[in-house]
Amino acid sequence: MINLHWLYIVSGVIFAGFALGSARDETNPKRWGNAAFWLLLAVSLWFGDFFGDIGNGVLVLALAGIAGMQLIGRGSKQSTTPEEREKSSDRHGNRLFIPALIIPFTAFVGTLLFNYTAAKGTGLIDPKSVTLVLFGAGVLIALAVEYWWLRPPVLSAIDEGSRLMNSVGWAAVLPQMLAALGVIFATAGVGTTIGAIVGSIIPQGSIFLAVLLYAFGMVVFTMIMGNAFAAFPVMAAAIGVPILIHQDGGNPAVIGAVGMLSGFCGTLMTPMAANFNIVPAALLELKNQNGVIRAQVATAIPLLIANLLILYVAGFHL
Amino acid sequence: MIDYWPLLGIALVVIGFALRFNPLLVVAVAAVVTGLLGRMPFLKVIATLGHGFNENRYVTIVWIILPVVGLLERYGLQERARTLIAGIRGATAGRLLIVYLGLRQIISALGLTTVAGHPQTVRPLVAPMAVAAAEKQHGELDEATAERVKAMAAATDNVGLFFGEDIFLAIASILLIQGSLASFGIQLTPFQLSVWAIPSAICAFLIHGTRLLLLDRRLGQRK
Repeated sequence: MINLHWLYIVSGVIFAGFALGSARDETNPKRWGNAAFWLLLAVSLWFGDFFGDIGNGVLVLALAGIAGMQLIGRGSKQSTTPEEREKSSDRHGNRLFIPALIIPFTAFVGTLLFNYTAAKGTGLIDPKSVTLVLFGAGVLIALAVEYWWLRPPVLSAIDEGSRLMNSVGWAAVLPQMLAALGVIFATAGVGTTIGAIVGSIIPQGSIFLAVLLYAFGMVVFTMIMGNAFAAFPVMAAAIGVPILIHQDGGNPAVIGAVGMLSGFCGTLMTPMAANFNIVPAALLELKNQNGVIRAQVATAIPLLIANLLILYVAGFHL
Repeated sequence: MIDYWPLLGIALVVIGFALRFNPLLVVAVAAVVTGLLGRMPFLKVIATLGHGFNENRYVTIVWIILPVVGLLERYGLQERARTLIAGIRGATAGRLLIVYLGLRQIISALGLTTVAGHPQTVRPLVAPMAVAAAEKQHGELDEATAERVKAMAAATDNVGLFFGEDIFLAIASILLIQGSLASFGIQLTPFQLSVWAIPSAICAFLIHGTRLLLLDRRLGQRK
């Protein structure tokens, strides 16, 4: 059965490629730092399950050390000039979109086909990670098509891939690192503490204020933890279930669903949600690391107010 | 008695980010400090950190798409995206992003959240198209405006994902809500929950869509 481990092996090869591509880029004064960083990630993808927890912990500290000591840089190597790109774009036309669309197409159609045909019964792909596995397959198909059609120099996929990878840099690992921090926060009891604090300031007698505190607590805790998943069980235990559902008789489906969505408004406003907010800023080469968050605040706040009203009206008055 | 000490780890993260230390380093230090303050032995802290990191490797594999995208950029993908948009009459940055917002919400509502995303669609396609459309409306963009348009492209992807995915029954967050409430003896089906994600999804489309139209208006004015 094809499961995530297969995908990790393939991904490890590509990350090792990023290491090689980084090492080949002489315009990057810190190229060996970059190469070491991506190679460590490749090693983690390949062998992470054999290192034991402490071994992985040391690997995490090594990654943080390389990034923290500013050993990662960026090159300025240009493979083709803007003029060459214009010309190539005119020559190949809209067919250039095809390889880019192969990946979403494979993931989309593949997932539907797998889930709604007899393929599901064959046990070919682990049902828990169908879309991710098909995403990986899409990447391999797209690469094959590109090499067959465009006939680029052999190592160009590695060079171009590491050019983009190094423009993202350490930020690429931040989401995974924050997920690990979340595990530590949970083990050390941060959630319980916050739940206890919120629980101790619950206003009595006003449903609206209780709703406000619930939604606001979801937002603040989500902004701290970087995702609403960690916040929800805590806020549900502190306010959602005892006060809103049991004491005030609110509709549990609304309290649950819209409470979570209030947290998502917090996700739009925090650098801790790195994969949504910090990574794209790096990927789009924005000057301001918080540029994406700044673009989102004016959506997040009115949307939070809308969610508050939905919670209050649909939760208690429908 | 509430134990406030583990919260110091949160303070460390906030201060470290604010002082612009390398975020990876800040997070690693905060993790170790929080663990120690939570009365975990040092080796247990390192082991927990390593375990958490290893279990979440799937978060990082999205980057394997970069060789595909980089190779296409070498052959002029971004230029092509610009040419395509320049040829469509009436295409504006705001309208383009509204279409993308709607598509992203619908596809996410079908549970296909990893089909699009920042490396998959925003960097190679949506952002260059939005910039090209903005140039058509506004003439050459100054740096601040170009940044703003690109940031809005990324923001639109996030809003579409967050406020679409919960309409799908089997998405992680819906299952988490169901599980959390079930532990208090409140039994709900995923369907009951995901129905209540629809009003927020509509609000998200209207609010963010309005902002995108305002973006168009501003791009038109500054000519």
